[in-house]
Amino acid sequence: MNLSRRNVTLGGLASAAAATAPLRAGRAQAQPSIKIGCLTDMSGPYKDLAGPGAVAAARQAAAEFGAKGFNVEVVVGDHLNKPDVGVTIARQWFDRDGVDLIVEVANSGVALAVANVAQEKNKVYLNSGAATSDLSGKACNANTIHWVYDTYMLAQSTGAAMVKAGGDSWFFITADYTFGKALQRDTTDFVTAAGGKVLGSVAYPFPGTADFSSYLIQAQSSGAKVLGLANAGADTINTIKQAKEFGIKMRLAGLLLFLTDVHSLGLEVAQGIVLTDAFYWDMNDRARAFSDRFTARVPGIRPTMVQAGVYSSALHYLKTVTAMGVVQAKLDGAATIARMKAMPTDDDCFGSGSIRVDGRCIHPSYLWEVKKPSESKGPWDYYKPVASTPADKAFRPLDLGGCPLVKA
Amino acid sequence: MIMIFGIPGPLLFGQLLLGLINGAFYAMLSLGLAVIFGMLNIINFAHGALFMMGAFASWMLLDYAGIGYFPALILAPLLVGAFGILLEKTIISRLYKLDHLYGLLLTFGLSLVIEGLFRNAYGSSGLPYRIPAILQGAMNLGFMYMPIYRGWVVLAAVVICFSTWAIIEKTTLGATLRAATENAPLVQAFGVNVPRLITLTYGGGVALAAFAGVLAAPIYSVNPNMGTNFINTVFAVVVIGGMGSILGSIVTGFALGVVEGLCKVFYPQASATVVFVVMVIVLLTRPRGLFGKAA
Repeated sequence: MNLSRRNVTLGGLASAAAATAPLRAGRAQAQPSIKIGCLTDMSGPYKDLAGPGAVAAARQAAAEFGAKGFNVEVVVGDHLNKPDVGVTIARQWFDRDGVDLIVEVANSGVALAVANVAQEKNKVYLNSGAATSDLSGKACNANTIHWVYDTYMLAQSTGAAMVKAGGDSWFFITADYTFGKALQRDTTDFVTAAGGKVLGSVAYPFPGTADFSSYLIQAQSSGAKVLGLANAGADTINTIKQAKEFGIKMRLAGLLLFLTDVHSLGLEVAQGIVLTDAFYWDMNDRARAFSDRFTARVPGIRPTMVQAGVYSSALHYLKTVTAMGVVQAKLDGAATIARMKAMPTDDDCFGSGSIRVDGRCIHPSYLWEVKKPSESKGPWDYYKPVASTPADKAFRPLDLGGCPLVKA
Repeated sequence: MIMIFGIPGPLLFGQLLLGLINGAFYAMLSLGLAVIFGMLNIINFAHGALFMMGAFASWMLLDYAGIGYFPALILAPLLVGAFGILLEKTIISRLYKLDHLYGLLLTFGLSLVIEGLFRNAYGSSGLPYRIPAILQGAMNLGFMYMPIYRGWVVLAAVVICFSTWAIIEKTTLGATLRAATENAPLVQAFGVNVPRLITLTYGGGVALAAFAGVLAAPIYSVNPNMGTNFINTVFAVVVIGGMGSILGSIVTGFALGVVEGLCKVFYPQASATVVFVVMVIVLLTRPRGLFGKAA
């Protein structure tokens, strides 16, 4: 087994190296150039919610920003969901290939590792895909901004809002590892704070579980009104599919569910599920305008909040570079981040917002319910709004995160 | 309410039944592996990928050609089986003279390539596949709500497993096959085309995996990694049952499904491990597995 595992890693490294080879197109030597590295999951479980769509979003930001006295180039890397691979690519990019900033990086493990590299090399790191709230908490640094969402935001929005909507008793099906447990713990806090109670939970082995029927029967027999799914990806999809099959009457709350997951499930199965997203492509005119431009680049799909975050973060960075001068921006990542925090954010995806001193980009969070098939006008018309949390309440208060930058 | 070991009776019966259903998948997959190992001496690590291909084939038949679930139950195994025959003819047949390990590495590599290609073409979040209308709904068994489709899975699995066992153990074809694995040159001397027999056997084992894949498509997420969830457990089932033993893999598949189901009630954290604990115990006490023949 060891032998075969090593084979996987070697193969992975080889393909990662191939994927990071920058496109050396002939470019004008006279103009300075900004290089964006989109480090993402191009082949694994997060490929659909980030992956090629995230790369397209970064390119869209560069194209729409246009020429402001410097060139913008986007390179792509596949971290294969392995922190060591992610760190190797990040180092190579910063040391050898002249990459100025890294965007995206879904997968909390890789995300935290890359944050260290960005700080060490004094570059810019704008994370959109990772869930861990530690990125703007105890693992925060002066070179990192966490753009879209985190576990605290998800737990608060879904947990508290569900209780208000009458879902006051909960049962959790939880993936038995750090992420799942953190999500369950945080959500439990909000549920109890809002006056609800948790009647039970079951932790299942992760990875390697495909059948959730046993856990669903246990959940059903607890008598709870809401079933919280503290898992992600294919596990969540399997749980939801099987809940439908076994006629589970509880209200399903997906604690980390993306638009692409709902697309994969189909409305017939997914209808009625409640979930939190900071961005939905059809939420307002600006978001629709952005999404139409995105879909023109990537036919057949609508952007997820992670992909929207890549666009939004890259655009804000490019605006900052224009404001402070490209030479200075390339020289000092921490200074660029400080300037980004000083400037208000504004784009089609998240509207106007701001970035806190701990590197947390803040904007409202929204609770959505998946439409019934009869309510949907066609593919990707999936969500209807349930509730929203204003920007200043949506994220963890500054003083509770334990970020060293806050005291400074 | 009756309590058994502190667990409400209905919950326990429900879990036993669910265990049996999962066991049906284990039995079908390990049966294919056992057939391939018993006849070809190849440890077919690509089995999970071929199971996945079965599920994808049924999705493709529906999406591209409008062919529904029941025809897919026949067509998908035929298509994937044909693919298996192609693999055997072109690549795997070159390894029969080498150590088992080479076959294992080759098929493991093949499974990575196949899964990678599917991930590239169809993404990672999975594709929807509905339960056919006639099998939708559920029966109330008193102690639990039993989806009709799951009952169908168990029924189909039992029929397929028994037929395979009967073909191999009770027919002339099966006898020839078994003879060919014992002494290929001798059987060939009787005018039997042994290489073709072996190719067809591999195709048959692959078709079994694809059949399980079609059965799984409506209840599990149809995604490129769906086979990897099963394959480790299924290998443990084959080892516990006795490498190459047909009956062993069927009985062990169902039994371990039940053991796992019970573990999910009493100590869910260990439910992925319990199969391997059983494997260790069996290997320590009966190294050839429960149904393995003495050397």
